Amino acid sequence: MQNVVHLSFAVTTVAAAWRLATPIVFAAIGETISERAGVINIGVEGIMLLGAFTGFATVFATQDLWFGFAAAIGAGLLAGLLFAFFSITIKANQIVVGAALNLLGLGLTSFLFRTYFVSTGQGVQIAPALDIPILSDIPYIGPAFFRQNALVYSTVLVVVAARFLLRRTAFGLTLRAVGEHPKAVDVAGLSVSLYRYCAVLIGSALAAVGGAYLTLAHANQFVEAMTSGRGFIALAVVVFARWSPVGAFFVSLLFGLFYALQLVLQAEPNLGVPYQALQALPYVVTIIALVVVRNRTDAPSMLGVPYRKA
Amino acid sequence: MADQPFLRMENIHKRFGNVVASAGATIDVRQGEIYALLGENGAGKSVLMNILCGVLTPNSGEIVFRGAPLRLGSPSEAIRHRIGMVHQHFMLVPNLTVVENYLLGKESPFAVLTGLKEAAARIRALSDHYGLDVRPEAYIRDLSVGERQRVEILKVLFHGIDLLVLDEPTAVLTPQETNRLLDLLRVLVADGKTVIFISHKLDEVMRVSDRVSVMRDGKVVFTTDTKSTNPRELARMMVGRDVLMDLPTKAATPGRTVLAVENLHCNNDIGLPAVRGVSFEVRAGEIVGVAGVSGNGQSELALALAGLIPATEGAIKLNGENIRGLSPGEIGRRAMAHIPEDRHKLAIVLPLPLTENVILQRYNQAPFAKGGLLAPEAIARHTRDLLQRFKVKAGGVDSPIQTLSGGNQQKLVVARELARRPDFLLISQLTRGIDIGAMEFVMQEILKQRELGKAILLISTELEELFALSDRILVIYEGRIVGEMPPDRNRLDEIGLLMAGNAPAGGAVRPPLDEARL
Repeated sequence: MQNVVHLSFAVTTVAAAWRLATPIVFAAIGETISERAGVINIGVEGIMLLGAFTGFATVFATQDLWFGFAAAIGAGLLAGLLFAFFSITIKANQIVVGAALNLLGLGLTSFLFRTYFVSTGQGVQIAPALDIPILSDIPYIGPAFFRQNALVYSTVLVVVAARFLLRRTAFGLTLRAVGEHPKAVDVAGLSVSLYRYCAVLIGSALAAVGGAYLTLAHANQFVEAMTSGRGFIALAVVVFARWSPVGAFFVSLLFGLFYALQLVLQAEPNLGVPYQALQALPYVVTIIALVVVRNRTDAPSMLGVPYRKA
Repeated sequence: MADQPFLRMENIHKRFGNVVASAGATIDVRQGEIYALLGENGAGKSVLMNILCGVLTPNSGEIVFRGAPLRLGSPSEAIRHRIGMVHQHFMLVPNLTVVENYLLGKESPFAVLTGLKEAAARIRALSDHYGLDVRPEAYIRDLSVGERQRVEILKVLFHGIDLLVLDEPTAVLTPQETNRLLDLLRVLVADGKTVIFISHKLDEVMRVSDRVSVMRDGKVVFTTDTKSTNPRELARMMVGRDVLMDLPTKAATPGRTVLAVENLHCNNDIGLPAVRGVSFEVRAGEIVGVAGVSGNGQSELALALAGLIPATEGAIKLNGENIRGLSPGEIGRRAMAHIPEDRHKLAIVLPLPLTENVILQRYNQAPFAKGGLLAPEAIARHTRDLLQRFKVKAGGVDSPIQTLSGGNQQKLVVARELARRPDFLLISQLTRGIDIGAMEFVMQEILKQRELGKAILLISTELEELFALSDRILVIYEGRIVGEMPPDRNRLDEIGLLMAGNAPAGGAVRPPLDEARL
């Protein structure tokens, strides 16, 4: 009996990890694509917040989840366009532009939320769990893994698609070259800027979906600064996963596991550790991970360097 | 059509701001020839060829190719006209494979890469045809410089070109790789291609080209059949005055031992043994050359002597004191000066001004520092003094050193090192990447140091440089000294055999010191 309890505990924790990792997977895959093209967008956190708020506000107004996600993607693309314009066209420092985007995301969403929503206190309808026939009936595993919402499942698709894009298409080939030796791409007659714009836009759209997940599939409410550092964790995930989409998926899961563990441990009455310490767990793990993985030799060599024609 | 040249570039002008890079250059190239463009660094050779290949657009001038005017907006347009260029700095993406590099930009961005296998097969066939040893699946980052260059050449052949332009192709190659490349150029011409190759090395131009043009100050000053000229004439055309091809040298009169290396061992950057028991001495007033094919441990030997990589075994005695294990700074303060092989990485900081580069090792010593603060006037005075004494062409002492040509950078490095008044001079690849005027100058400065009684170790892959300067030549092979030879051009074959790891017939080779001691 004791073993059964342990098993179900483990299964639910892992399943929760997948759910909690989902926004990070979206953001980290997006950032991987952007960084492979040589553009480091530290504004992921801000874009996620914009996505979360836009999704929430749209569903609040229209009661339509699809509209919500579409609006979130639109907001992400807009933010990405802003970032790309300053960092690629104007060639401003990418870190500074990214930091500005974080401040913009936080400030704008908080302002709009307080202005229009704070007194309503109402939530929205969130994405329902989709039971996968047969699989969802497997004891322990079924309810844990196959009764998730569509976005959680779609993380697998996103990873596979990103991998395919980068490794099997001419677009991905050029993208990888742009982050490593942009001059070679230029000499080959292709536009470095165009490819970097595309990479940034894909990245910011995915980050916005990750943000919208928080309001439209995880909680049913927008809360100020509700991303609480997930965008920054996604940045760490990219490094830890050595700029590989598949790696980013599993590393995100690992971080999700620490989020889940932290929640489970908070429910433990006799632990004797303040809950704030437990909440810090994923962030502590991030710091440890970045210290352990110091080997950055896999980083695209032109990461963060604007391209100037001779 | 018959009297129409294959390619004519007429009266090409190109300015970058106030700098005139091409001042009305005109060349004619005939189909099926190897045409050499010779000139010192900054003479405008690369600019002219970059214009031909669509990388740069001229301010004025006309290009006629196969009888039709040519206006190119990009290198890919040049490829469409079957003109391809192998750049001095390779246009290969290190994290992609050979075949991926070849397909870059050739497919619609929305295409799924299905043609990789087919392309790889074509690459392999072409590679076999020209004997290039290119593996299509290899990642560029795993290839040596020589291999990368073959990949670059095969890339333009893969895209189908009739006119191949090579920009300083031998600057990065070992003598063997150079031979291989020159042979390849002959094969290409036999296959009906036309080759233009940029160089500042006279011997290669003499060996391989059919015709040669000399550029100076953005103009073509001389064009001739290679057969009807000689290196001395070409050198005079390049520099604009007579050049001493053979430096006058007196016999050395070696004095006391300054540097003694005993059974030195050290590893390369991936932890494999690179120097395997090397022993030799360098005495005051002599220049000891170290010859060897690049990659036989000479780079590591230099780095270990300078304290930049640890020696795993043995002793390095400078003026009787064992300096093994000391930091490069401590070694530098013990009367050793170092002119390293990799100038940009180890000798200078490109974006810093000349002044700061000049005091890199002595920034905290009088007269450059007073009471913990830099003394800008003393630094500027010293820099101006060096520029003048070594005839360095520079804008001003505060301009970044990257604005200088390679030859002028090297002159300044030599000036800086000599100004430290060392007893022992460690020199690697003294003349790599510098033009003939600067080459002659620094070589004479080094000879003067010998006359002053300095001990000098000269490591080089250029045998000409070693013959011109050394009093005796040690040959290094696979991390061991395999023989010692006099600097006698008539015994070039013997040195070549030693460099390739074979003892010459007759077995006249002195056994390596470390083995002699066993």
